[in-house]
Amino acid sequence: MTSRDPSGAGAVSHGPDADVAVIGGGVVGMSIAYGLGRMGQRVIVLDEGDVAHRASRGNFALIWVQGKGLNLPDYAVWTLKSADLWAGFAGELERRTGESLAYSRPGGFMTALSDQELDTRVSDLSRLHNRSPEAARFEQVDRAGMKAMLPEIGPEVVGGTYCPADGHVNSLRLFSALHQATISGGARYRPNAPVETVEARGGGFRIVTAQSEVHAGKVVLAAGLGNARLAPMVGLDAPVRPQRGQVMVTEKLAPFLRYPCLTVRQTDEGGVMIGDSKEEVGFDSASHHAVLAAIAARAIRTFPLLGRARVVRSWGALRVMSPDGMPIYDQSETCPGAFLVTCHSGITLAAAHADVIAPAIAEGRLPAGLAVFSARRFSGVSAVA
Amino acid sequence: MFLRLHRGGTPVTVSIDGRAVEAQAGDSVAAALLAAGVSTFRRTAKSGAARGAYCGMGVCFECLVTVDGIPNQQACLIPVAAGMAIITGQAVPDPVTRRAP
Repeated sequence: MTSRDPSGAGAVSHGPDADVAVIGGGVVGMSIAYGLGRMGQRVIVLDEGDVAHRASRGNFALIWVQGKGLNLPDYAVWTLKSADLWAGFAGELERRTGESLAYSRPGGFMTALSDQELDTRVSDLSRLHNRSPEAARFEQVDRAGMKAMLPEIGPEVVGGTYCPADGHVNSLRLFSALHQATISGGARYRPNAPVETVEARGGGFRIVTAQSEVHAGKVVLAAGLGNARLAPMVGLDAPVRPQRGQVMVTEKLAPFLRYPCLTVRQTDEGGVMIGDSKEEVGFDSASHHAVLAAIAARAIRTFPLLGRARVVRSWGALRVMSPDGMPIYDQSETCPGAFLVTCHSGITLAAAHADVIAPAIAEGRLPAGLAVFSARRFSGVSAVA
Repeated sequence: MFLRLHRGGTPVTVSIDGRAVEAQAGDSVAAALLAAGVSTFRRTAKSGAARGAYCGMGVCFECLVTVDGIPNQQACLIPVAAGMAIITGQAVPDPVTRRAP
């Protein structure tokens, strides 16, 4: 399994265990591992166990373009690129695994309950559109138009915005399919292997986990919130903090919502997910009635029939937030071969991570166009709020 | 297989999937089902695995059945009533009427 450098020149005496070690087995890490494996790279994924904070299991499963990049149009372009790659990405994963991902792209709505809310939203999106016309297409929809597309809206809904590029997926099936496809493609997956240290050594990396030691030619830090601790070990910076979102899901209902909305969507199986608070509470993923009640109240004003639905589960999950909310893509100057990938939109960006970031890592250099996402943009910003 | 520890309560007749069954006043729907020998209340959407009264106290939502036309009722929390119609298996309700299609 271990390849040796025939010249004996390799500084790692017994040769690397893998071309690339990916630290983190969530959707972000697995998207990259999958993409690398598809290119014939020998990949090992080092993951934590079931107790890890895992946004991959708690997320809202939107593939969302609308409103992304209000402060950085490059982010709008990058998000749309991934959203455009998604159909092909999903189709290939389905073919490789036989898993149905329930991916669809009917476009998505942001609903407004007051004229002021709608005006603010439209003015934000217009500003973005003016700076990035191709990436940030949206339509303002009046109440009558909304009623035609979302007949169950309540009397308080004044209108909304619609973006044809938005979609959604069953993110738990995506997560499962990524694992299956990556492992069946030859990658090794090691759960319960939290990484303690990463050290550049002899042109590669020595990675020490709780139980073992792994040597790899390159290393990708895709450990979500864990990246904050790991990045400085290889000359990188990952100023990420947890931001909690709470979500609930109703009993399965007959289909009535044809379009995903930013905070309400009906899954392929019929349950209605309602969510997304933004709470700065550190590493606390608990859910609380007061917040859930406020989220539910707004959802019921938007879609009154939800007032009669039964909520069957609720949970909290931690977003991986950078200071400006956008992803960080970086490569180490001091430890060449070390890469950092972190974002809070791991579902939306999964296709770009597999199709663009992974090949770039295999070649050893991130695309120049992504330099704007380096953590150098935060110089002088303190790491964790 | 479940057997009653205490017999002799007030009999209450309910129907389980159309079959008349004698339960006792004070039984939960789950208890009535188990006493009638029904341990599979529904099957999961993904794998079709059997589900029944797991926690028995309203937390796990595994015991969902249709009671008097309303789907997704927690069998462990609802007391039986005379003439109650209990249907096993998970039904997907119409979101407006909340009733099984």
